[in-house]
Amino acid sequence: MLLDDKSVYLMRLGDNALVLSQRLSEWCGKGPAFEEDMALTNIALDLIGQARMWLSYAGEVEGRGRDEDALAFRRDSHEFTNLLLVEQPNGDYAQTLVRQFFFDAWHQLVLEALRRSSDDRIADIAAKAIKEVAYHLRRSSDLVVRLGDGSAESRRRMQDAVDELWMFTGEMFNADETEELLGAQGLACDPSTLMDAWLAMVSEVFAEATLELPAGEWMQKGGKQGRHGEHLGLLLAEMQFLQRAYPGATW
Amino acid sequence: MKEWPLWEVFIRSQHGLAHKHVGSLHAPDAEMAINNARDVYTRRNEGLSIWVVPASEVSASSPADKEALFEPANNKIYRHPTFFPVPEEVKHM
Repeated sequence: MLLDDKSVYLMRLGDNALVLSQRLSEWCGKGPAFEEDMALTNIALDLIGQARMWLSYAGEVEGRGRDEDALAFRRDSHEFTNLLLVEQPNGDYAQTLVRQFFFDAWHQLVLEALRRSSDDRIADIAAKAIKEVAYHLRRSSDLVVRLGDGSAESRRRMQDAVDELWMFTGEMFNADETEELLGAQGLACDPSTLMDAWLAMVSEVFAEATLELPAGEWMQKGGKQGRHGEHLGLLLAEMQFLQRAYPGATW
Repeated sequence: MKEWPLWEVFIRSQHGLAHKHVGSLHAPDAEMAINNARDVYTRRNEGLSIWVVPASEVSASSPADKEALFEPANNKIYRHPTFFPVPEEVKHM
């Protein structure tokens, strides 16, 4: 039972990184400035690297012979366990940035906790990833401040994005049985313990960015359990096309 | 979008001793110029340190002054330290 919980948990970490990476790479060649284009695709590559480490380990722990590629390219939408937040469409640049900022702030807290995991491999992966994520967060919070406290139009767009994406933030802190169990054993991180720190981080950046924290308390959930919106199916159709059309293709 | 100002980027590489000019990029201010330089110029582990300088602050010599500036050095061969035998043990000369 514990092995199942562990592979489920590892897959969630991998799926978050993989799906967000795929979203960011949709900006490749279309960024609002050459420098932004490069930055987003760099972050996409960082996340791909992290997804590979988590999914490889998930496959090994699962013990059903699935490697990172099988997990990435041959699972359907309902088998993906990423947060709903990361599958949301890129929208305008404000939406991409706010999504990134919400995720980066959470991601850093999770990895900080996982660095102290009782599982050495989890701790190692987290220690490696956190260096990249520290940069992601520095960059996204900087841009949230610049665009929030920018022109009237940039502020409006940023606030709209915040209001729209807010309902996807609650899921990050809903612990389910798997997370409670592994959290109690010191192997994983119980995400409900991160909420206060996350809110403090977001509030501080928003204050500087002159953005308002939404009051809405109703939150979407289900991503971790494989219940996704239509967006994920379309994303996977594009990401998995090659391996679906030509199974096992390599180059 | 208004055009961001141009910045010249200097990277001190793993092995180099001095910062070396690697290219330029656009950014609204120095902080973002450093972030952008990290993403544009150090993706393959090239650097240990980054300098950015507003391109507008760089004063350049004029190509028309080429002869006046450089010709005198070329025709005084005694200024080139090529007449001294360098012992083999001396590296990096």
